[in-house]
Amino acid sequence: MSGLLLAATQNADAPVYVAQNIAFGIIAAMMIFSAVRVVITDNVVHAAVYLVMVLAGAAAQFILLGAEFIAITQVLIYVGAIVVLFLFGIMLTKAPMSGTEKLSRDNWILGSLTSLVLLALLGYALIDGFGRDKLPADLAPTNTRAVSDSIFSTYLVPFEIISLLLLAALIGAIVIARRD
Amino acid sequence: MLLNQFLLLAAVLFCIGVYGVVSRRNGVLVLMSIELILNSVNINLVAFSAMTGAVSGQVFALFVIAVAAAEVGVGLAIVLAIFRNYRSVDLDDVDLMKG
Repeated sequence: MSGLLLAATQNADAPVYVAQNIAFGIIAAMMIFSAVRVVITDNVVHAAVYLVMVLAGAAAQFILLGAEFIAITQVLIYVGAIVVLFLFGIMLTKAPMSGTEKLSRDNWILGSLTSLVLLALLGYALIDGFGRDKLPADLAPTNTRAVSDSIFSTYLVPFEIISLLLLAALIGAIVIARRD
Repeated sequence: MLLNQFLLLAAVLFCIGVYGVVSRRNGVLVLMSIELILNSVNINLVAFSAMTGAVSGQVFALFVIAVAAAEVGVGLAIVLAIFRNYRSVDLDDVDLMKG
């Protein structure tokens, strides 16, 4: 968190994009708070709602990065479809609506230690590797046509494989979940 | 804007997701934590795409979104099957193959 704030305030020798940096800071703080609430809250439905906030914040960051098509896809698929799927999963598994059943393990200290060590390693590697690299000054929105051209020419085969994967996942989910 | 601020945000979200996967017992909540991890990967991909000006990162972010959708579908189906057999989604109960 302090590293983020440090990174957001330290580009003194370049044109400072105050508005973008403030927007980034607010959205990033909201995302981190919501993500922490997702993993520590005692209410499963609250966790799903906080997950919506994280995913919407990620869409906002994509817009800040000039990737408007990814942002729209993020809202459509993640917020629109995946969270609804999660809510159905919560409903069908009759998860407790209040903190009557334990949702977390007792050894949360070990888990937080693991993730903090991982965060320290990642943070060190990132600051060491990309210390002051700046994004291009003119982050114009990417042409959606360029993205689609790339999908349907360079990445045509992976795109077809993704569609096969979705079909297989659809059939597999039906086969696994049906009662017979 | 620095590249690193997006990468560090993604790293923080990734570690929170790892913590959720390790420490949660409810199957649905573990799947939500996996979504956090995949989402942080997407932020990284789009940030590098903005850095280099190539659209490949955005294309791969789209692929990751599609794979995440498939993963959630199959994952929730597995959680439903576990619930039907054990009458709970507590992952500590699912220890049939534990040595």
